[in-house]
Formats: sequence, structure tokens, C-alpha cells
Amino acid sequence: MTETMTAIHVHARHREVGLSDADILEMYRLMVLCRTFDEHMWHLHRAGQIQGLHMSAMGHEAAQVGSTYAFQRGVDYFNPYYRGVATALTVGTTVRELMLPYYGRAEDPSGGGRQIMGHYGNRRLNIVAQSSSVGTQIPHAVGIAFAAKYRGDPIVSHVSFGEGATSKGDFHEGLNFAGIHKLPVVFICENNRYAISVPVSRQMPIENVADRAACYGMPGVVVDGQDVIEVYRVTKEAVDRARRGDGPTLIECKTYRLVPHSTSDDDRFYRSREEVAAWRERDPLRLTRAYLEGVGLWDEAREAQLRDACLREVKEAQAYCEQAPDPRPEDVLRPVYAD
Amino acid sequence: MPEITLIEAIRQAMDEEMARDDRVFILGEDVGRRGGVFLATQGLYEKYGEMRVVDTPLAEVGIVGIAIGAALYGLRPVAEIQFADFMHPAFDQIVNEAAKMRYRSNGAWACPLVIRAPCGGGVGGGLYHSQCVESFYTHVPGLKVVMPATPYDAKGLLKAAIRDPDPVLFFEHKRAYRLIKGEVPEGDYVVPIGVADIKRQGTDITLVTYGMMLHFGLQAAEEIAKEGISVEVVDMRTLLPIDKKTVLDSVRKTGKVLIVHEDTRTCGYGAEIGTLIAEEAFEYLDAPVRRLTSPDAPAVAFNAGMRDYYLPNTQKIANALRELAAY
Repeated sequence: MTETMTAIHVHARHREVGLSDADILEMYRLMVLCRTFDEHMWHLHRAGQIQGLHMSAMGHEAAQVGSTYAFQRGVDYFNPYYRGVATALTVGTTVRELMLPYYGRAEDPSGGGRQIMGHYGNRRLNIVAQSSSVGTQIPHAVGIAFAAKYRGDPIVSHVSFGEGATSKGDFHEGLNFAGIHKLPVVFICENNRYAISVPVSRQMPIENVADRAACYGMPGVVVDGQDVIEVYRVTKEAVDRARRGDGPTLIECKTYRLVPHSTSDDDRFYRSREEVAAWRERDPLRLTRAYLEGVGLWDEAREAQLRDACLREVKEAQAYCEQAPDPRPEDVLRPVYAD
Repeated sequence: MPEITLIEAIRQAMDEEMARDDRVFILGEDVGRRGGVFLATQGLYEKYGEMRVVDTPLAEVGIVGIAIGAALYGLRPVAEIQFADFMHPAFDQIVNEAAKMRYRSNGAWACPLVIRAPCGGGVGGGLYHSQCVESFYTHVPGLKVVMPATPYDAKGLLKAAIRDPDPVLFFEHKRAYRLIKGEVPEGDYVVPIGVADIKRQGTDITLVTYGMMLHFGLQAAEEIAKEGISVEVVDMRTLLPIDKKTVLDSVRKTGKVLIVHEDTRTCGYGAEIGTLIAEEAFEYLDAPVRRLTSPDAPAVAFNAGMRDYYLPNTQKIANALRELAAY
């Protein structure tokens, strides 16, 4: 360690919530890897090097890494939504696996060239295959939790979604059932204040999505979604509670997407530049880095080293994906049924 | 062999499958203590308990969505939608989620579940307790759609549906529930999904039908047999996937075909069967393909006169067969 890193002037909160130094450094690595991937894909799209679109997690990294890190990867079941780039990475998706769908390649674990990007399904990692319908995965996560309880398996079902999804009946019907049966599921809402262009004030007449938990007989927790340690802490409590058999929790991470909804969106129609700039001040990478530096775990050199390593990983994945084989065109006809 | 009603056959199928396989469970509105509003699940709550016969809130999206999740985890859900008319809110979960799960994941995930729903008119249910909704779903690759007409087929097909690795919609004509009785062997058997059945042999006209209309069709065939017209009656039993061979073989033999269904006409199931015949058996036809269906009005009216005007019945089928015979 260098001289500058020994000067601890910030309270080491991560240790109090059960995160080792290695854990918090890994969480930061995942956040930076996600950001590197997002920026790279955004640029590739802008340069016309990939088709379709890109939907990034930029701004959501702390909410996604902090919450997902609280689950038992390899054991629990995951139902992320389209913005869950960092969720997928934290569960164990490789950058190569994340990138393959952008090229529609045969090896894409989410659908072998059938799905667009952002669908993350991965059997190896218990990430359920997603559709593009918003919020439909919420009752699936509840059904998985019901099945786990039915079988007596000590697994917890993860599901994440934006606040936009909470306007849908799927949200209500899923949470209601989970509450009635005290199912082992944790609902993670990443409230970034906009459903594409529609602000929260036109989505709901109350301040917090988490307040709705009262209707379903479960705790509702509001957490600063830019604070990766706090997000981890409240999610860990919820996951432990679920695994003990004490039922579901609704967690609302207050966050913000730092870029438009997708590469096809233009947020200047509906967000002021001042608002975006103010949230950039609370960029979760910036906050986490400052924390790590404050507790003496980080410095400029390590930052540069990490950024290089992440960019190298992303570029290696790109090189792989560019030459990876396409699916056979006739495979578009299958698999419709098992037989 | 004992003679039982169609609904008793359905109950037996669920009971035996639940006894055979502890992954099988039932969920839906009123399926537990009440035993279902038609009593299809009567006695199962007492026998298997509240974890395996789950009374749900009044929430069709949730019922299907939760069944999908349970199926993803490895259970074998049998979801009941109380009336097919109320299945529409769950269309997204059925069509975008269940039907596409295997395909979108390139085979990594599957969704083996059954959705049972009573359908059909003629019981005074009016516009919203009488609908036939099968054609919305026979358009969807990834689904299997079944509609049995007899107790034997109902039991064997429901067992096949519960054991099937893909999502199956199982439509039960509510008028047939207690009206239709038939012999059902004791013990285990399945009727394979995707295989139609010739319920009556004939040589002059092929009548293609399913569900309650099978029984009217058989009556009509008997009636006009006295006039020297021999009708072969094909019971589709499974609507998707289509047993093309049974239909085409029969049409090639008779050269004339009447398709009968209770659902409305335009873009109904008969449109697909008619086109199949036109494409693959045109040169065998001695008359145009004919359809007898409910007319293109929204649904079965409550008023008895309006209802009878609307629904196909034995007499209307017999008349359509006579016209076709005379062509």
C-alpha cells in the first residue's frame, strides 16, 4: 500500500454490515466493470458497430451490485429486468456472455440469437429467461418462491424492476400473493424517477414505492440507491429474513439513470441538464471510490489499474463476439416445443 | 367400465396425477374449500392440503404468472381460470411468457403447466360466462390447446397435459360437465395430445368439430343417416398442434367437409382447418368447404331466443349436412 492509502479518515461502514475489504473491493470492481461495459456498448452503438440498441445501468450500479451481492449466487433464483447489467454481472454473468446478444450470436446464453440485448437469462446462474414485457417477471419470482417453500428448499427469489413496472397489475398481484403466503422473495425496485419520459409525479400519487408494501403486509424499505453499502445492508436483512421463513420485503432504491432510457431515447425532451448534472455529482462510482479512498483501500494507481483491466476485459469480449459464429438461420424454427 | 360425467373424469385425472407426482399442485379461485365453482376440484383440498390446492386471490395475471414461476422451479402447476371469459387479463402471461419461455431461452428454461378453463355457452351464462376463447391461443406457437368432449378423452388428455413438458391450455365445455357421461376405465391411461379421433365412421361427408359441438354433430349424423347420408365425425380433441393427417385422410375419403365450432366465425379455428384442406386436399373435394359456427356477434346472449338463434345445435348441423350432401 502507498502512503496516501494509510490515512483512514472515513468510518469503515462496510465491515459493520459484514462486508470484508475484499468484498467491498469486489463490489467496486463490478460497478466499474459494468460502467466500462455500458460506455463501450453505447459507443459501439453510436459508431454503428452493433445493431439494435443498448440500455445501460449507468447510475444504477450501486443499487444493482449492492442488492445482488446480498444473495447466494449459485443457490438463489434471479429475475432481473432489462436495466440489470450490473445485476447480471454480480450474479456471475461474464462480459462475453453479456455481449454476445448484441451480435446475435449462437452462444448467447440468453437466447442463442433470438433475444435482443438486456435479457440476461442464464440457466447456469439461475437467472430466469426474461421477456421484454415490463413487470411480468414479478409474479414469476413469486411463483419460484412459492415452489421453494412448497419443496422446503432454503432458497430466496430475487426480482428487480424499475418504478415504472410498479404501475402494472403484475406488481400488485405478485406482491399480494407473496404477502399472503409469506414467501421467500425480495422485491427490489430501482426508482430512477422516470418511466422513459414520464416522471414519478405522473406515475403515482405517493412519494415512495416502498409505502405500497403496507398493502401487502410486508416491510417496505427506502434506501439511498447510490450508496452501495446501505443497499447491501438492507437487502441482506431482507434476504436473511426471507430465508428464515419470515416472508418478503419490498426495497426501493432511490436512484437515477445518468443517460437516456436507451440509445434510441433523447432525454432532453423531459429532463433538465441541471437535474442530470446534479445527479452526476452523486454518481455511485464516484461516491464509492471516495469512500474506498477515505478508508484507505484505494488510490489513483489502483483506479487506473482497475479501469485498464475492465477495458481490456470488455475489448477481449468484443474481439471474441465479433468472430463468434452465428446461429444457423433454420434454427429460428426451434425450439418451440420439447419434442 | 364405470360411467362417469365429464367433470368427474377431470377430477379423477387431477386426483390421480397428484397422487402419482408430488410436483403437481392446483391453484385458482375457489379451488380449495369450495372445490371450484363447478366442483372440478371437490375433495382435493381435504385430501392434499392447502399447499397443493391453493385458493388464490381474484387475480388472473397472478394465477398464471405464479404458475409460470412454479413451473420454472420444477413443479407441475394446474391453474384454474374460473371462466375462459376471464382469461383475457392473463393473455400477456400466457402468450408472451409461458408460450415463449422455451424458445426465448433456446431451450434452457421450460414452462410445463396446465391452465384449465371452463368455456362455452348454453347454460344461461350470458356474454361473460359463455365465451369460447380457443382461437386466440391456437394462433400461438409454443402453446398446446386441448378441448375434450368425452369423459374418456378428458381424463386421458388432462393426464397427458399435466405430464407434458410444455404449457397446455385445457378448455372444458361447461355444458358438457354433467350432461355428458361416458365409460372411463379405472386406473391409469393417457390420451396423447395432438391426435384427433374419429368418433363416427362415414363415407359421404366429413364433419370436423370438437367440444360440445361433437355431441350435437353426432346427433345430427344419426338423424341424417336415416336419410341415407353417411357422415364421418372427426373430434379434433387437441386443437394445437393440429392432427392434419386424420383430417386430411377423412376428407380425401369423403370429398365433402363441414367444420363446426361454437366460437365465432371470422378467423376462428375453422378458418385454419378449411385452409388446410384447401391447400392439401383440394383435388379430392366435391364441394366447397363449409363452416357452421356462431355468427360474428360478440358472444352468447342471455335471452333464450337470442341464445338459440346464436348457437349451433343439432338441427342447424343436420341442415348444413343436408345442404352439403345435395351439392
